[in-house]
Amino acid sequence: MSTPYAKLPAWADYGLIPLINLLVAFIVAGFVVVLVGENPFRAAIILVEGAFGKGTGIAFTLFYATTFIFTGLSVAVAAHCGLFNIGTEGQAYIAGLGIAIVCLSFDTVLPWWLTFPLAIAASALVGALWALIPAYLQAKRGSHIVITTIMFNFIAASIMVYLLVGPLKPAASQAPQTRNFLAGAELPKLNWIIELFGAKIRSAPLNVTFLLALVMAFLVWLLIWRTRLGYEMRTYGHSPKAARYAGISETRIIITAMMISGALAGMMALNPVMGDQHNVAIDFVSGAGFVGIAVALMGRLHPIGIVLAAILFGMLYQGGAELAFEMPAISRDMIVIIQGLVILFAGALEHMFRPYVQALFASFNPRSVGMEAVKEKGA
Amino acid sequence: MAQAAIELNGINKSFGAVRANRDINLEITRGTIHGIVGENGAGKSTLMSILYGFYQADSGEIRVGGKPASIKTPNDAIALGIGMVHQHFMLVDNFSVLENVILGAESDALLKKSIAKARSELNRLEREYGLDVDPDAIVEELPVGLQQRVEILKALYRGAEILILDEPTGVLTPAEADHLFRILRQLKEQGKTVVLITHKLREIMAITDTVSVMRQGTMVATRETKKTTVEELAELMVGRRVLLRVEKGEAAAGAVKLSVKNLTVRDTRGVTMVDDISFEVRAGEIVGIAGVAGNGQSELLEAISGIRRAVSGSVMLDGKPIDLTGAADPGELRDRGLAHVPEDRHHVGLVLAFEENENSILGYHDDPRYLKGPFLNIDAIRDDARDKIAKYDIRPGDCRLKTANFSGGNQQKIVLAREMEQDPGVLIVGQPTRGVDVGAIEFIHKRLIAMRDQGKAVLVVSVELDEIRSLSDRILVMFAGRIVGERGPETTEGELGLLMAGVEHQEAAL
Repeated sequence: MSTPYAKLPAWADYGLIPLINLLVAFIVAGFVVVLVGENPFRAAIILVEGAFGKGTGIAFTLFYATTFIFTGLSVAVAAHCGLFNIGTEGQAYIAGLGIAIVCLSFDTVLPWWLTFPLAIAASALVGALWALIPAYLQAKRGSHIVITTIMFNFIAASIMVYLLVGPLKPAASQAPQTRNFLAGAELPKLNWIIELFGAKIRSAPLNVTFLLALVMAFLVWLLIWRTRLGYEMRTYGHSPKAARYAGISETRIIITAMMISGALAGMMALNPVMGDQHNVAIDFVSGAGFVGIAVALMGRLHPIGIVLAAILFGMLYQGGAELAFEMPAISRDMIVIIQGLVILFAGALEHMFRPYVQALFASFNPRSVGMEAVKEKGA
Repeated sequence: MAQAAIELNGINKSFGAVRANRDINLEITRGTIHGIVGENGAGKSTLMSILYGFYQADSGEIRVGGKPASIKTPNDAIALGIGMVHQHFMLVDNFSVLENVILGAESDALLKKSIAKARSELNRLEREYGLDVDPDAIVEELPVGLQQRVEILKALYRGAEILILDEPTGVLTPAEADHLFRILRQLKEQGKTVVLITHKLREIMAITDTVSVMRQGTMVATRETKKTTVEELAELMVGRRVLLRVEKGEAAAGAVKLSVKNLTVRDTRGVTMVDDISFEVRAGEIVGIAGVAGNGQSELLEAISGIRRAVSGSVMLDGKPIDLTGAADPGELRDRGLAHVPEDRHHVGLVLAFEENENSILGYHDDPRYLKGPFLNIDAIRDDARDKIAKYDIRPGDCRLKTANFSGGNQQKIVLAREMEQDPGVLIVGQPTRGVDVGAIEFIHKRLIAMRDQGKAVLVVSVELDEIRSLSDRILVMFAGRIVGERGPETTEGELGLLMAGVEHQEAAL
């Protein structure tokens, strides 16, 4: 049967629909705020001001966004190859180990600009290797990647706990974390950029990893849409049968895509570990891997969308923290509910309003929706 | 003049900007077989879906038996005595025939009474119309021809006076199709009205009393079948004269390009689908493989093209063996000059979500022409795609358009252009014109013959006997995984049909 709707212009597809989804999420969240007896408009203002109102807020928002860009890109790369990598969390966590080894070994001898590339390589490598095992099992044994990557999250968490309460912990310390890195493994802050615009910053963790994230977003775009490898990944992602027909090795493409995905997940660890805490502590990923799934979905698997979605989630994190502080009735858990609503409407229910928007566009200007070309199966 | 069973007056239906039906007027006389023909996308299915309550018309009037009718759901249609047999059967595979027949028409919470009633009713229908099916057989164990009978029984059980059949013969052997036509004639004699939707003009000529032709959403003509010809109908469908049978000269067969010896292939369940098959294809000839769908043709193509592993046997390409036991890589075979147009263009031959130009390199994306180091050479790819669009008259001519937005015929042209323009020594083609409209069929057939005349070895697998007979220089017939006969192109359809049905099965089917 012919579909009654067709494609939308790009601006509506990538701009209008996410905006509508977001708006609905905020309206529903507003009701939740009303339920606990607070003014939803004031809450919204606090949230937005907390995230973008002051220099410090902006810096924090971008710091969180950095983390989500990496995990979002990681999920997106795998998704373009038809693989649902839920293991971003674990891949990022275990990559902390690679960073720890580099930083603890070199922070006394090398300057940051030499430690940093080594740490990038180490985090990417460890993340990639952690993704390699589920990828291999999927490609060779048909073990479903969703199941294996979830399990590998638990394994990664257990290994890190063992290491951080044992071998990696300084002898005299009570805290389950490595010793603090020295100057040679501390990344420079980027707060001065925001200060250029006249904002004042007390102390905020925004650091050079943000720039690395933007570079990676560009490289992912290049990979997916401009390289042969990306072409093969997309072919496999859309149709494994077509990939087989085209002579693309299933094993090779699954393993390659997952290792790239794992490498991007691993690089996420650079941001909190070297940019902020200057040590590897228990649970430093704290769910960023899962947020990455929402970010990737909301960003429609496109790097630009992912950067924007990551900034949105950064705003929710930072503004949410402010909100919890300003409005005692809204607890930390309430913020999680709001974030959950955004994920629900922007990610899971992404297509809920699409038919209506499409019908609306079709009624305005049929030609703009390319309707006459759609004759998938009529008559 | 007999009374009209159905009258459609000024039916309009749009999907967004697509006007699937415009101002359709149609009168179907009670007790006749009425054919509706048209190309894919002409609006036949939409019209019937409106009649059966899947869609509602934007405007217009439906009259059933002279009275205005409001058909909002299929249940309304059934209540008015309209039954439909879909192209893809709507049966529960692991239910018995009886259970399928009463599904949705159970009269009681407990099934006992419904089943007893259905059993006696089925007996009656069997006697009256020659619709014999074992009521206790499990549907998935029945051949397709019988499954289709179950669909017809379902409709009659619900008291259908008007029966709509959508492309009923697509999955049938010629013998099964003949049997179906006998049933339809019997239905007609009993006073039922039959509406037959098809794109096969010969069927229309063979069985209908009246035929209506649709083109681009409009009803262009209604003719008495006796007073029209296949040529006229084809012209009405396409809007211009078409060659139904391509002209071709004698084949000048040369050296053996593809040789298959004792090939055995199993499907994923481990069932032997290709059973010890041997044949050769020479340069400059078209070898056609005829057979009812599901007799191993798909597996044969997949094995030769390296998509599926063979169990045993050998395949030689240009005298050099293809490694069948290891992972024979389709990419490697392509490099060796074997091009493959797969049966399933939607999932195998194309990535529908890709832009047209991206599909025009599928399988050839390793070719240095399309690359700059590890990067795709986007300009070269698009220029190349534009060339092919011009050469193969692919419409719309926009290489950036998503492939899903092309019609079936144009999608097939995208695949053919890609494979033929690589100048392969051997071309294997599965179902060259499945779901392709009449105008494009002519084009595709001409291209295939041009390939042959350039000295390529062409292997064509098709379930359309007409196609096989008009293209092939030699015809191999496959039945149950084996080649049961080789014939020349002048062989009659009846003889091929017997072979396709495996001869001894023939009596059973009749």
